[in-house]
Amino acid sequence: MDRQEAINGYLFFSPWLIGFFLFMAGPILYSLYLSFTSYNMLKPPRWIGFLNYKILFTEDPLFWKSLYNTLYFVFFSVPINIFFGVLIALLMNQKVRGIRVFRAIFYLPSIVTGVAVALLWQWLLDPNFGLINDGLAKLGIEGPGWLSDENWSKPSLILMNIWSVGGGMIVYLAGLQGVPKDLYEAATVDGAGKMKQFWRITLPMLSPTIFFNLVMGILGGFQVFIQAYIMTGGGPVNSTTFYALYLYNKAFKDLQMGYASAMAWVLMLITLIFTLIIIKTSRSWVYYEGAENK
Amino acid sequence: MNTYSSVKTSLFIHRIMVYSLLIAGSVLFILPLLWMLSTSLKGDVGLFDLPPKWVPEPFQWDNYVKAVQSFPFLRYTYNTLFLTFVSMFGTVLSSSLVAYAFAKLRWPGRNVWFVILLATMMLPPQVTMIPVFVLFKKLNWIDTYLPLTVPYFFGGAFYIFLLRQFFMTIPKELSEAAKIDGCKEIMIYAKIFLPLSKPALATLAIFTFMGTWNDFLGPLIYLNDPDKFTLALGLRSFQMQYGTRWNVMMAASIIVMLPTIVLFLSCQKYFIEGITLTGIKG
Repeated sequence: MDRQEAINGYLFFSPWLIGFFLFMAGPILYSLYLSFTSYNMLKPPRWIGFLNYKILFTEDPLFWKSLYNTLYFVFFSVPINIFFGVLIALLMNQKVRGIRVFRAIFYLPSIVTGVAVALLWQWLLDPNFGLINDGLAKLGIEGPGWLSDENWSKPSLILMNIWSVGGGMIVYLAGLQGVPKDLYEAATVDGAGKMKQFWRITLPMLSPTIFFNLVMGILGGFQVFIQAYIMTGGGPVNSTTFYALYLYNKAFKDLQMGYASAMAWVLMLITLIFTLIIIKTSRSWVYYEGAENK
Repeated sequence: MNTYSSVKTSLFIHRIMVYSLLIAGSVLFILPLLWMLSTSLKGDVGLFDLPPKWVPEPFQWDNYVKAVQSFPFLRYTYNTLFLTFVSMFGTVLSSSLVAYAFAKLRWPGRNVWFVILLATMMLPPQVTMIPVFVLFKKLNWIDTYLPLTVPYFFGGAFYIFLLRQFFMTIPKELSEAAKIDGCKEIMIYAKIFLPLSKPALATLAIFTFMGTWNDFLGPLIYLNDPDKFTLALGLRSFQMQYGTRWNVMMAASIIVMLPTIVLFLSCQKYFIEGITLTGIKG
């Protein structure tokens, strides 16, 4: 190895290396320390051992509620978005005129995010004057109270999330376009029908992309914040108090930085376990092409 | 009927089905935005018409004037633009430097660090959020733009990964020839790699733009002085003040959304490029 090149390597790499220690590694360790303290930012952190974790697991029903809400959201929203993402990508992969315009239309909602979208959906879901209940009424269905009904508030946000399926869709589309054409040709020659081709060729070839979106979707699902903060404030009856919102409230409203740090560590362990489980099971359902690709 | 014409008929039916699905889906996806536009032009009374009307009578363009006047709109636009451009500059500069180290230079520990880089993308931001807040508080950076800009100068893992993939496609011969001519590494990076990577850098800049423009949690945590607010925070305080004036609120939301929509429609190519670049298609 060239010495000069190695020095240059570290010089070019140094911005991230410094950032890693300042904003990642250091904070992760400090966060672990804080999770064993009581800290309100006014007085120095006071060591209290495992008390935060003990309260969290045994005396804080809202922690369990927020965890339940978040898992509910993840369990429904992630598979639903994968399903629609793949479905729309299959549609977008058709060679018909004007397909580019359609792609743009389906992709557009996923690039508008943030507060404006939360406000828009709050209005769309308005029980009396919103577009969605008006549409349901036209079909003869009486729409629910959506965000104001504790049984419908989470489904409302899951529905809203489908609107931004375009981000995943475009990734699946890239995956679909990477499937070698001769596979389909060979299958057709062998007499395999369209359905069989989908299950035997398209889906296996797409499985690495689905795997990627599954992991990212789960990690993203644990971050749900803006919708709850803007649209429901966590209500009604804490039915949309998601983990990230509860953690934010603990840290920045109640100034319980130690307690919130303990929550952050629990969150990290949960997502780590999820990711590991998915990686473990992926060996049985994710298809990787032979070594010539790597 | 011979087989040729039956194939033709089934192709035709297939095409009809594809188009009906495409059109039905597009209508569903575009309706919320049209509804937003329609609401933003309604009068205070027409807003609560039952059943709702799609075409407001008359068009209340006035709502847009009200929206812009009811919060320091220009000030917030300027603040948001400032934050966005500084973050874009920081991200592109630092991420490209680091990506170059990963793609074109050999140094001990490179592969290990690359794995660590990828692993950090899996880290829930909450784990670092509180200590980093404490750090910035100790530095007296709260209520300044420093916490919202400085971190961007240390590179983003996803962007580094994206650019690394792109740099790897640039032939080695180019940099080797330059090296023989006595070019310094930094010159090769600046004079050969950056110009050749314009599309990838544009993708990066656009992704950063989208992220910062829409960022809510960052400004929410770090900014207290209303004069320093961004558009996202402005919309939030607008909501707190005018709760149910949906027409004016939708007008304000459209104004805030518009730059991202225009950017998307004019740079679609780069959005798609970013996806194919990452090579996650398997």
